[in-house]
Amino acid sequence: MAVQGSIKKWVRVPAHTAIGVKRQARAYVNPYLGGILLGVVLFSSFFLTGNGLGASGGMNRILVWGQDQLVPDHVDRTAYLLEMAGGDTNPMDSWVVFVMLGVIVGGFASGWLNGRFKIETNRGPHISVKTRWMLAFIGGAFMGYGARMARGCTSGQALSGGAVLSVGSWAFMFAVFAGGYALAYFVRRLWR
Amino acid sequence: MPFPLNFEDLLGHWESYLVSLAIGIAFGVVLEIAGFGDSRRLAAQFYLGDMTVLKVMFTGIVVAMVMVFAASAVNLLDFNLVWVNPTYLWPGIVGGLIMGVGFIIGGFCPGTSLVSAATGRLDGLFFAVGAFFGIFLFGETVGSFEDFWYSSYEGRYIIPEFLNISTGATVVILVLFALAAFAFAEQMERIFGGADLKKAPKWRYGAAGTLLAGAVIVMFIGQPDTEDRWNTIKEDKAPALANRDVQIQAGEVLALMRDDRINLILLDVRDEADFNLFHLLDAVNIPAEEIPDHLKEFRAKSANTVFMVIGNDEKAATEVWKTMVSESVPNVYLLEGGINNWITTFADEEFKTTSLIENHANDTLAYTFTSALGSRYAMANPNPDVFQLEYISKVKLQAARGGKSGGCG
Repeated sequence: MAVQGSIKKWVRVPAHTAIGVKRQARAYVNPYLGGILLGVVLFSSFFLTGNGLGASGGMNRILVWGQDQLVPDHVDRTAYLLEMAGGDTNPMDSWVVFVMLGVIVGGFASGWLNGRFKIETNRGPHISVKTRWMLAFIGGAFMGYGARMARGCTSGQALSGGAVLSVGSWAFMFAVFAGGYALAYFVRRLWR
Repeated sequence: MPFPLNFEDLLGHWESYLVSLAIGIAFGVVLEIAGFGDSRRLAAQFYLGDMTVLKVMFTGIVVAMVMVFAASAVNLLDFNLVWVNPTYLWPGIVGGLIMGVGFIIGGFCPGTSLVSAATGRLDGLFFAVGAFFGIFLFGETVGSFEDFWYSSYEGRYIIPEFLNISTGATVVILVLFALAAFAFAEQMERIFGGADLKKAPKWRYGAAGTLLAGAVIVMFIGQPDTEDRWNTIKEDKAPALANRDVQIQAGEVLALMRDDRINLILLDVRDEADFNLFHLLDAVNIPAEEIPDHLKEFRAKSANTVFMVIGNDEKAATEVWKTMVSESVPNVYLLEGGINNWITTFADEEFKTTSLIENHANDTLAYTFTSALGSRYAMANPNPDVFQLEYISKVKLQAARGGKSGGCG
């Protein structure tokens, strides 16, 4: 019953959604319900296409596409880039690019329809907006670097590989949590 | 096993990505409604007061897992064609640790930062830009530690193989593990986040029970073995065998041996003794009983690979063909008449009259060889200009369906 209620709440479209209009942001769904829906989406992806989900792979390919426009010779001389964009190979010619674009579209649509679209900066109470931006950039750089080292991010490795029982994906998942928890205490002022 | 579908055949190359786009949209919506666009909610995971990240992720993983292996158990989904992230153990662990650091400093993972940026969060935008920078840095530096990046490679390696238990048992254990993790997470939220567990919805118990029941059923049905798989596809594939669509004439094999566009694998499935006496040039010897150990590597071959199974006659080769086709290896054929017919076609008259064994038993060599010269016979690599053979061309490269490259892109 509660499940149905939550879904109904999510599907109903709010009356007004213009920027600047003060609206009531809808509450997020129960985490377990979110997880069940996530599982159904992930299963559908495997069932229909044989592939899981991904995000950093798509970002990677868009970046390499940009590099290939600017410095094609450099791309053709770097083994890692060559694989995706050497010669006539089009780095955008991959399903993961389209999943990534879909994530942006879906995230935006859902935020908008639920009255949660808002230009703001989420941060802990003790740091300034600028500090938060800088740390977000640095954290992002770590994340991007690590994700390519691990051949996939939280979606491509932990979620997708985890669901199909990949040994490496489970080891990876524990490593992400271990890295986060190991550092969490020392950076607690960023968030609390 | 009709799924996964081949959307490239159904819709066309670029059009097939519309399916990926739709899946991505659904993924984005789910991340957003779960609250993953808000960095504070994600970072809270590491301070134990709000375990949303763990709950959503683990629920997603185990729900998808039970559904995938249920679909595989009832022969709807071919698990051989589902992409399983290859294991590179240490690069994965080191990359994971670096990501954990990035997570707690930056407050996102790459996918969630996109959702966050798409809903107007500037910290999400800065994170995404940073992620692009990190990806760029990796592409420029990986060349200096390539040995490490390719180390501890185990290929497609799943937990049931690692623990040496059945897939179904693994599914049950992981569901139990997840449920224990949820109970632990709720206690943490009570202690560190002051959550009132009495207010948590009761339906979660029903959902947990349903999930566990599903996992137990999956365990009892079991995953299909090669014989089950053959029985499922027999109706489709047996006619090809009966109509002799997959038995390839010597003339076509000879042409394929010289076709640079095709990666032809001459798979000699006879025992080593026969192989040493005589085999085709560049043939690889994998005796029939060892074929099951090589299926993974066969499936991983490039898309232009054609397997030509070769026996003394056709009996063993036909069985190997069935095994390989059942186990989702694409483009498998067998040599018509086997090695014996090959010799009859290409050997000189003198050899044929002096070496023929009258009434040889099926699937044994029909000719005697005085020494084990392997492929150092002219007939191991006949000259196509000398033997201009008529044949019906039967080999057609089929586009492989199924998963191609996980999130690794």
